[in-house]
Formats: sequence, C-alpha cells, structure tokens
Amino acid sequence: MAYSTELRNIFQQELESIQQAGIFKEERIIHAPQSSEIDVVFPAGSEKKHVINMCANNYLGLSSHPEVVKAAHEGLDYRGYGMSSVRFICGTQDIHKELERKLTQFLGTEDTILFPSCMDANAGVFEAILSEQDVMIADRLVHASIVDGMRLCKAQQDTFKHSDMDHLEKKLQLHQDKRSRMIITDGAFSMDGDLARLDKIVELAEKYNAMVFVDDSHATGFIGKTGRGTHEHFGVVGKIDIITTTLGKALGGASGGCVSGRKEIVELCRQKARPYLFSNTIPPVVVAAANKVLDIISQTTERRDKLEKNTQFWRKGLTEAGFIIKEGETPIVPVMLFNAKLSQDFARDLYHEGIYVVGFFFPVVPKGQARIRTQLSAAHEMSHLEKALNAFIKVGKKYDILHKTKEEIIEKYGL
Amino acid sequence: MSDLKEVIRQYVIDEYLEADSDQEITYDTKLISGGIVDSFSMVSLKVFLETKYKIQIPDAKATPEAFDSVNNIAKLLKEFGIE
Repeated sequence: MAYSTELRNIFQQELESIQQAGIFKEERIIHAPQSSEIDVVFPAGSEKKHVINMCANNYLGLSSHPEVVKAAHEGLDYRGYGMSSVRFICGTQDIHKELERKLTQFLGTEDTILFPSCMDANAGVFEAILSEQDVMIADRLVHASIVDGMRLCKAQQDTFKHSDMDHLEKKLQLHQDKRSRMIITDGAFSMDGDLARLDKIVELAEKYNAMVFVDDSHATGFIGKTGRGTHEHFGVVGKIDIITTTLGKALGGASGGCVSGRKEIVELCRQKARPYLFSNTIPPVVVAAANKVLDIISQTTERRDKLEKNTQFWRKGLTEAGFIIKEGETPIVPVMLFNAKLSQDFARDLYHEGIYVVGFFFPVVPKGQARIRTQLSAAHEMSHLEKALNAFIKVGKKYDILHKTKEEIIEKYGL
Repeated sequence: MSDLKEVIRQYVIDEYLEADSDQEITYDTKLISGGIVDSFSMVSLKVFLETKYKIQIPDAKATPEAFDSVNNIAKLLKEFGIE
C-alpha cells in the first residue's frame, strides 16, 4: 500500500505540531448567502448564530446583490452551466469577450485576458513574457500568488523593502544590465491595507526603463474617484503595463481573474500562459454576472462612495476608542494585537458579541504582528458599524488594550 | 574569512533592517528561522552574493538552512572557493 501507516503518522505529527503552535485554522460554516449579516455555525454542532460580517472581501456589497443574482440566472438560461473546455479549444463564448472588453475599458488598458482566478493570472503572466535575461523586482509584501508566479519564471528575482522607493531605486540601478526590469507590487496590500505609491513607482520606471506590474485585487471597483483602482487614485491610468485583478472580491465575489495591460503582453498570455492554456474557462454563469457587475459600477459611483464613508467612520471610531490600527485610507483596517493567542481570543469574544472577524497570525503575517483584519463593505449600514464598534470597545476593555502603546500590549501579552 | 563574514553581516543589516531597528545581527543570528529574512526576500541575498563574488549558486544549494546565519552563508561560499 502506498499510503502506509508510517506516512500517515508523519502527516499526523505535522498536523499536531501546527495545533500545538496555536496556528491551526478551522473553517466556520456559513448557512446564508454572503452579506453584511450572516448565519454561522461554529464550532460544529453549536447553535446557528446571526452575526455581522466584518471580514469579507465583499467591498461593494455585490456578492449577493439581486441584480447580480438575476444576471447569473439569465446567464445559466442563455449560455448554460459549464463549457467543459479550456478557452482556446471551445471555451470562449461571446460573453467572455464582452467581459474582457468591459474590463479593458474600466481599467483604462489596451487589452484584457480572463483567467480562472487572479491566482492563476499571477501564476501564468511572468513565465509567459519574461526570460532569464530579465529581472523581476518585487515589493517584499506582495501577495503569495505573486511569489509563486515569480518562482515559476526563469527571470532573475530581487526584492525591495516594503514601499521603500529609495531602496527600489537602488535595485533598479543595480539591474540596468538586464534586458528588462519589471517592478512588481500589490496596489492595495491585503494585510496592512496601505496603498503602493504608484505615482513614484511609475516615475522610477520611466527613469530606469522598467515595466510596472500591479495586482489590484484589493482595489478594483472602489479605490480611486470612480473605483478604477490604485492607478486612478495616483493619476497614472494608462501607465501601468500589467494589471492583474480578481472578480472574486468587489466585482461579485464568485471567481475569475484577469491580466489587463499592454496588448502584446496580453496576447503573449493568450499564446503561452499555462493556467490559461490548461485550466477550464470561467463558467458562463459567473461571466454573465460579472458583466452585470461591470455595468453597475461603470454607471454609478454610489457604492464606492458609501464604502468610503463607512471606511472613514470605522477608522475614526477605532482610533478614538484607543485601538492601534494601521494607518491608511482603504477599507482594509487591521486592528493590531501583536500576540497570536490574543488575536484568536479577541476574535472569539467578538463572535460571542455577534461580530464575525478572524485573528491573523504567523505565517499569514510576520511573527509579533498578529491582528484582526476588519474589512468594510458598502453593504454595511451605520447600525452595523455602530454595533461592531461598541463590541470592539467592550472586548478591548476586557483585554485592557485601549489607549495602550504597542510596547505595553506586548509587555502584557508577549509576542 | 572574518572580512567575508563582516561583508555579509553588513549587507544583511543594510538590506533587511530599517534604519531605526535595534535588532542585533551577529554571525550566529538566525536570519530565516528567526524571521529577519523571509524565504521570499532571501533571493535578494542570493543576488548580492552571486553578483559580488561572481558565482552561480544553484537553487538546490540556496536553501533557508544554508542562508540561516552569516556563519552558514560563509560556509556555503567556501564551497565556491570564496573565503
């Protein structure tokens, strides 16, 4: 037998060591569509609990929006359930091309190609266009999918200190002997909620003849005056060579991703990117709904405007209450607790208060940087946020962390 | 050898620590397992060593263990004739 008792024991011991380290993750089962309020059963066998959801990427509240759901139903009737094919064989429908056109227009680029996910887009794009003659210079806090994608590529890799433009400039100077240089960054960083300085990055790219790649998954739809993304926020629309983003967050929350940018780069992805060539096409139901989402957000900014107001209220409320939060302007608001167990206990107590959040700790974030990452949504009403804020304050008082410094919290709870 | 170790140590300080950091880096400080250098940004250290000493470190040898301290890195470089 290939799966021997010995092998089973080895894997079992590894699972036990994860549990003993206090970093074992458990799924909470949701018995409702995704929304600002959901029903959750946790732990298994307990009573269903109605809670306010503060940890979804449902930034525009479109994940269960009636118009989006209706468009999905119509898509099922109009174009079927699945394509049973990769794109280039018989997996491209008219609605796939329509979605790519809409994304191109929305993002202000030359062309767009869909992928089954942004994870797949990031896995495929670098290897499709770069060779060992090139270098990729990435911000140290880029998403894990970008790290994986870079590792699949034969180009040289280098990194720069998070958002440190002086350090990036040194690296660009160092690599002037390469055929090309690609600066790689998230637009909005998913754990800290800060924005990459794309204006400065574009300036350096022009000075040192480099391409710019941005994964804008936590920004597309709501960052920038009309929600185009981080590039709109910094006034550099049309100057980003590659944007990858997801349909799985603000843009409906189902699945799918894309590479959008210079037309030759997009066409090379169509010809060579392995996830595009070897993975199933996005199902018609998802594409139909995503097309509707693009229509909604292209016609009005009311959802991103409401999200912005919610974000301002939440950040101000937490700060005045005495929490340490990462500064910024995005709806990703990390409440810093530093100690892994504290973050888990805090999240558990908030759950009892009817607020659903999750503690983030090593290896998801660096050791000693545990937090609760709250995320705002346009689906949140003020009543949700006021209730959530009161719950945070109540639990914050219980653990005596309000108006305390980082050093005081670490002294009390350790790292 | 001590000059080599000092060059490596100083590079780690400049490349991975913030200007106001009070983290001490000795020749034995655990760089990767200690969380000072993560397995992703370790590539920058590899680029530095390869560029400075004009060597190619195969991926199989550029492991987190081999890069986990200044002493370990110096030991790795010795295999390439760098002392």
